[in-house]
Amino acid sequence: MSTLAHVFEAAGIATVVLVSTRDVAQRMHIPRGLYGDFPLGRPLGKPGDPEFQHDVLRRAFALLEATEPTLVDHPEVVPSAEDAVLSCQLPPRFDPDLPAAADEARGIRKAYDRSLARRGVTSVGRVLDADGIPDALTALQRIADGDDWTTVSIPGKNTIAVCHDIRTYYEEAALELVQGPPPGGRATESWYFDQTEAGATVMAARRALKDQDAPFAFWFYMAPGHR
Amino acid sequence: MSGDGAMRDLGASLPVPEFDPPTLVQPPPLAEATVAIVTSAALHPPGGDAFTAADTSYRLIDRAQRKLVLGHWSPNFDRTGIAIDLNVVYPIDRLEELAASGTIGAVAPRHVSFAGNQPDDVATVRLDSGPAAAAALAADGVDVVLLTPV
Repeated sequence: MSTLAHVFEAAGIATVVLVSTRDVAQRMHIPRGLYGDFPLGRPLGKPGDPEFQHDVLRRAFALLEATEPTLVDHPEVVPSAEDAVLSCQLPPRFDPDLPAAADEARGIRKAYDRSLARRGVTSVGRVLDADGIPDALTALQRIADGDDWTTVSIPGKNTIAVCHDIRTYYEEAALELVQGPPPGGRATESWYFDQTEAGATVMAARRALKDQDAPFAFWFYMAPGHR
Repeated sequence: MSGDGAMRDLGASLPVPEFDPPTLVQPPPLAEATVAIVTSAALHPPGGDAFTAADTSYRLIDRAQRKLVLGHWSPNFDRTGIAIDLNVVYPIDRLEELAASGTIGAVAPRHVSFAGNQPDDVATVRLDSGPAAAAALAADGVDVVLLTPV
């Protein structure tokens, strides 16, 4: 974003950046920036809160009057909800012949379908559609159980895309399953990795791939770096 | 450490491309300005022109488009905010409201999506795809760009 701000200014278009990493913006001498201490992935701060979003925009557009490079802070911190315990019911075990994660994924399918019907769009689909999620989890379970990763069929031969689709399937379903207000920043991530069979399977497969000396990029980006 | 804290610390520890402090473009009054959004969320319409893992190109998004897929490849940020409300990343409805109230002059007919996970040297976006996107917006009469990072 900071690079693009310079590029657009050089092309004669005034810019304002909603800054998410203050130090980087400062070192790159951005033209105008409003830093928001908001969850990463939410540069307008609060989903479903037009009043707050308009406040962010009002403060950002006010910087257009600056004649020198400027970087100011939004006064409100929107904290991450990473430590929040999401009240989000998971299905009971149904088919003992399936790996637990594949069984679980089938169990939340109706919630995912409700989310898709309500929103009209899904970010699942990089290499899998919803029908392919249980089989992909079965493949990851085989790796977690010790199968040679080079012999396991990974859709698209791309673990990052597979894990994106699985996580997105779960997170979009979670929006239909959650009790209470919409989840805060990273709350569904914590739920997915800490409470679901799918998250546990992804992490176990990731560890197995690392132990089998699979290429770094093949396993590292299956989950957030701090995990 | 939290995920966001880890990412911000990582950003602070990395070298950044060098830029001199710029001379600022002075836009027309906001009430007369045409405003566009440029996001790094790698948004794109479903079923089509998806972003690859190290994609340095951009997509133009029609002003009326609301059905958008998150194409960013990083797992290191919250992704449900945008599923709850597109405007938390791409505030197109907020811009329409500002245009309707006369706060901004107009909403641009096209907006721009890049992928935030660029190669470290950002050479292509700096010298090729970035200027091309800027030229496309300039051709649409855009005066002001709001950049939203993911």
